[in-house]
Amino acid sequence: MKMVRVEFLGPIQKEPIELEIDNLNQLAQILQQDESLGEWLQNSAVAVNDTLVSSRDVALKDGDKISLLPPVCGG
Amino acid sequence: MEGDVLELYDGALDVPKILKEWYEEQAQSNYGAYIPFVGTVRSEDGIDGLSFDIYEPILESWFALWQEKAKERGAIVKMAHSRGDVMLHESSYISAVFSPKRRVALELIDEFVEDFKASAPIWKYDLINGKRVYAKDRSTAIKGSGILGEKI
Repeated sequence: MKMVRVEFLGPIQKEPIELEIDNLNQLAQILQQDESLGEWLQNSAVAVNDTLVSSRDVALKDGDKISLLPPVCGG
Repeated sequence: MEGDVLELYDGALDVPKILKEWYEEQAQSNYGAYIPFVGTVRSEDGIDGLSFDIYEPILESWFALWQEKAKERGAIVKMAHSRGDVMLHESSYISAVFSPKRRVALELIDEFVEDFKASAPIWKYDLINGKRVYAKDRSTAIKGSGILGEKI
C-alpha cells in the first residue's frame, strides 16, 4: 500500500485526507462511501501529481498527490 | 518563450497598466497584430462582485501548452487573472495574442479564450450579501471528469 494525499479543490470545501491505497479504483471505492462528496465525484476531474488523468488505470506511488477539480469558470 | 506571460494578481486587474506593459514589451518585436480580450464584472442577478480560486500548478501547465500552440503559428499569448474578490465594473481577466498578421491573432484569441473557459482550473463565486456562492450553473466540467464516480 502507498501513502497518498488527496486534495479537494475550489468549492468542494473538504480538508485534504491521507490514505493508504495502490490505485484509483481503491480511491473511488473509498470516496464513493463518503456521502459528503455527493455529486462532486461525478463532475470532478482528477489529477495525479498535477497531471490530469482520463482513466482509473493509474498505479500510485508513495507520496503521490491526487487532486479533485470540480467544474471550472474562469474569466 | 520570450514574451509569453501568465500573471496572477490579488483583486482587480489594473487594465490600462497591463495592456500598456504588454504593448511596450512587444513594441519592437515586429508583430503586426495585438488583440486583447478584457473580461469585466457586470451587474446582474443582484451580485456585488465575483471571487476566484485558482489552482496554479495545473493553470501553469495548461498555459504552457498554449504557449507551444501559439509558437507553432508564430504568435505569443499573454494572460492575466485575478485571485479573490473583484467588484462590479472591475476586471478579472485579460488575455492577448500578438502575431505577425491579424488572421492568426483573431483565430487564436477565440480558441484560447474558449479553452480557457472550459479547462483552466479557476473557480468562480458570486458575492451576494457578503456571502461567496459557487457559480455552479455557469461552470463547466473539465474534459474527462467523473472517473471517480463511475461504479466499480
